[in-house]
Amino acid sequence: MTNGSYFAFHTVDWNNMGAATWETIWMTVVSMIAVAILGVLLGLLLFETTGSQNVGVKVLNWVVSFLVNVFRSVPFIILIMLLLPITKNLVGTIIGPTAALPSLIVSAAPFYARMVELAFHEIDRGVIEAAESMGASSWQIVYKVLLPESMPALVSGATVTTISLIGYTAMAGAIGAGGLGNLAYIDGFQASNNTIVLVATVIIVIVVFAFQFIGDFLVRRIDKRTL
Amino acid sequence: MIEFKNVTKTFTTKDGDVTAVSDVNLNIDDGEIYGIVGYSGAGKSTLTRMLNGLETPTSGEIDINGDPITALSGPELRKKRQKIGMIFQHFNLLWSRTVIQNIMFPLEVAGVSRSDRKKKAQHLVDLVGLTGREHSYPSELSGGQKQRVGVARALANDPEILISDEATSALDPQTTDEVLDLLLEINKKMNLSIVLITHEMHAIRKICDHVAVMDDGKVVEQGTVFNVFRNPKKQITKRFVSEEVDPALTDTNSIVEDLIKSYPDGTIVQLVFHGDQAKLPIVSEMIHKFPKLEVSIIEGSIHQTQEGSIGSLYLQINGDKESLDGALDLLKKMHVETEVIHHD
Repeated sequence: MTNGSYFAFHTVDWNNMGAATWETIWMTVVSMIAVAILGVLLGLLLFETTGSQNVGVKVLNWVVSFLVNVFRSVPFIILIMLLLPITKNLVGTIIGPTAALPSLIVSAAPFYARMVELAFHEIDRGVIEAAESMGASSWQIVYKVLLPESMPALVSGATVTTISLIGYTAMAGAIGAGGLGNLAYIDGFQASNNTIVLVATVIIVIVVFAFQFIGDFLVRRIDKRTL
Repeated sequence: MIEFKNVTKTFTTKDGDVTAVSDVNLNIDDGEIYGIVGYSGAGKSTLTRMLNGLETPTSGEIDINGDPITALSGPELRKKRQKIGMIFQHFNLLWSRTVIQNIMFPLEVAGVSRSDRKKKAQHLVDLVGLTGREHSYPSELSGGQKQRVGVARALANDPEILISDEATSALDPQTTDEVLDLLLEINKKMNLSIVLITHEMHAIRKICDHVAVMDDGKVVEQGTVFNVFRNPKKQITKRFVSEEVDPALTDTNSIVEDLIKSYPDGTIVQLVFHGDQAKLPIVSEMIHKFPKLEVSIIEGSIHQTQEGSIGSLYLQINGDKESLDGALDLLKKMHVETEVIHHD
């Protein structure tokens, strides 16, 4: 036994630790890809339907906005339980990294959608109008103006979302999704091995720092507003 | 040829209807530079936004070369917009694109092939004098250079009309003149019609052929720049013209007041010369004919417009009544506009 020591490193199974780290990164990256796509689509929908005079569009905006707010306010741990039946149908299991994906995506996509909407609203109206005056279609404005002009904000928003996703994976891990959270809970907490908890914590911090570093680096590379 | 026919635009707001443009009729000929001048809120921006369909008139019609733009929508309107270039007060460039990529933007919109886009954009970079800066980002350019990119971008699809919406209002006087010179050069080179919206009479005088003065949504006065400058009718036009012809007008007024005080017996007259008159020795002839008159010059200036020069001269004349009346008669005979500001 380790007697509650934080530094009994001989008790750490590094293969397990490596596998758990990989699971955490895998859950984060796969869910983030889905969140990015969904979030941009939802954010775009919110942006385009804001301020319309058309009643149908107004209702659409209201409905989407309402759903986004609802899913943003449900605590993640409750959302997992809420989505259990759907997860079982979709993935076939409620255990393991894949089973964590639906709840991770559903919780983070609305969060990111709001950031995307905000990023689009920050674009100078005049630039969009200039594109309109040149005869650009709505679709051309989306992929030639909105997306490139808001890219630094989209990337930094994605970085923030990714980091909160890492936190969510740990939470999902505690109830059986695998990854570092799962390892820290089962092999660490339940087995009274504080060393495992500490090592898992350090690795998560390193992973978070790595994502933050990559995000900041990308933003610096694409932001040409100030040189 | 652009025709505005009884164009009215009313916005519905919470505080009731606001008429931004009211029953405007204008004809803009091909190849001319048409100035629209007015203070902010006069409706000039709304008027031109209707020209490329960014706003639709509440009533009336706008024809461009015979086609009513007001009847177009969807893909047809977008196609037409490609032929109407526009430059803006705040340039509205995409910061995420380099100079040449910004100029290629309208070409991408129009579906021009990649190699043609590059060729055309490079040509435009050279035309507006930005050779060597094509791979810079807007944030690396000065205001004047940004507006040159704006001009090049507006010209990319060989437009029939170029709209300049306060394009020099954010620039310093020297850069303003550079951009205006560029517009004039393009107008002459390509025979391109330019609609120039501004609140600066200086820009109108420097490059426009015709001018319309807008106030409270209406065109209150229009005509050739030369005629409007020479003979402004409405109060608002007089204000614009005096700002430009004589920026130091307030100085002159105070000098005139001082002179009236120091020479209460003298007569102060303002002479306005047009075109070739400015070159004639009118004052010296006056002195020769009426040697008893004492003439001193208070203030004078000459301005160039597209049609010719306009000069203004303030004189203080002392002498007997007979000579004075004779001198004023002589000026009238020579068609010099004379205004007696102070007579004892």
